[in-house]
Amino acid sequence: MDWDVVRAAIPEFGKGLKVCLLLLALSVGTGFLVSIPLSIARVSANPWLARPVWLFTYVVRGTPLLVQMFLVYYGLAQFEAVRESAAWPLLREAWFCAWLAFAVNTTAYTTEIFAGALRATPAGEVEAARAYGLSGAKLYTRILLPSALRRALPQYSNEVVGMMHATSIASTVTLVDVTRVARDVYANHLLPVEAFGMAAVIYFTLTFTLVGAFKLLERRFLRHLATERTGAAAAAAPAPRAA
Amino acid sequence: MLLQGYLPAILQGLASTLTVAAVSLAIACVFGLLGAVAKLSKSRPARWAAETYTTLIRGLPELVLMLLIFYGGQILLNQLAEAQGWGYIDVPPFAAGTLTIGFVFGAYLTETFRGAILAIPAGQSEAALAFGMTRGQVLRRIVVPQMIRHAIPGFSNNWLVMVKATALVSIIGLDDMVHRANLASAATREPFTFYAAIALLYLAVTTVSIFLLSRLEKRFSLGVKQVQF
Repeated sequence: MDWDVVRAAIPEFGKGLKVCLLLLALSVGTGFLVSIPLSIARVSANPWLARPVWLFTYVVRGTPLLVQMFLVYYGLAQFEAVRESAAWPLLREAWFCAWLAFAVNTTAYTTEIFAGALRATPAGEVEAARAYGLSGAKLYTRILLPSALRRALPQYSNEVVGMMHATSIASTVTLVDVTRVARDVYANHLLPVEAFGMAAVIYFTLTFTLVGAFKLLERRFLRHLATERTGAAAAAAPAPRAA
Repeated sequence: MLLQGYLPAILQGLASTLTVAAVSLAIACVFGLLGAVAKLSKSRPARWAAETYTTLIRGLPELVLMLLIFYGGQILLNQLAEAQGWGYIDVPPFAAGTLTIGFVFGAYLTETFRGAILAIPAGQSEAALAFGMTRGQVLRRIVVPQMIRHAIPGFSNNWLVMVKATALVSIIGLDDMVHRANLASAATREPFTFYAAIALLYLAVTTVSIFLLSRLEKRFSLGVKQVQF
């Protein structure tokens, strides 16, 4: 181990970490907000609402994130209409394209998670709410969403951790995130263990910080499901997340 | 012209993508089975090793692991080779790519297989042992055939994610479908056309996989009564 190289690279890794966290927060935040209406449409009995959302999540979940990002960043420039449009100054930016591709990608996965949680609503809860005269928007904001979003929490934490790992892919479109910094350190010093090992330590720490934060959220919001032994509800089974 | 004559090249890339995925899957199954058996074993070091393995893998992005194994493995191997006087060894990207993906998804399959083994009532293995079967026979005749059924949903999910994860091997220089699309885009200056084309091919692979795997699940669940609601 060459500790001098590691020490010298710390400021760069710090900047990379900022890029990684900002990209994660922006895309997960957007994805969360857009997924709520989409998941309501996804479980709707009206096929004109449900089918387009199904198609959207199917296409996005069936293709690699890397390809989606290349489509946005390199692909859109192919069309003159895009290059001459008002959105071009944005679409030319790697930052904007990465955010767009990541947000669309996580929206598709999050929509399916929320839709699954909505479908798992006990029928009695809805019947009781209707009996009390709640309907439409009130039924959703007071009964369906609060319980569904709680139920979705364990799976949603997997999604957020998966997205955090996926931000490493942004290093392929010129964003200088943790992975890009590691690749630059490797290119300059040819020390793979120092360069990628450092990135690995950062991602590992981030993963368990996020997992810990979600555990706290679960303890807060899923208290009614807690058992005495674990103190928190059972977490979702670990599942891989698309690249 | 279909994709300006690049269609055959892209389809060759698809074959390469599928080969990488299939070989990675085989490697992942080996790691997954070993991991599951280790996690369920009585030996404390084995359980500890398997726990470390799955925790580490789940904490890291595949891309970083791939770069670490590809570049780090190269140097490690060459230090070893130098010590032994073998001369320079080049790690082929195919080996690095499939080994990494297999190693990563082996950790997820460990959990899938572990759950599938636990889903089989212990009484069945005990009964088989009481009938005088050896441990190997119990595994082969009782555990594995039923385990497959319980493992199929998790296995399907892993396969679908893995096919998409193979897109990353283009970054370490493997000549897969994404790499072919990169080359064709650069040559024709029509990146959208080629990235959209390979996106459709990935979607087709996903669709066919889902269809085949759901049939497989039905096949292995033939003897199981479904609950009727």
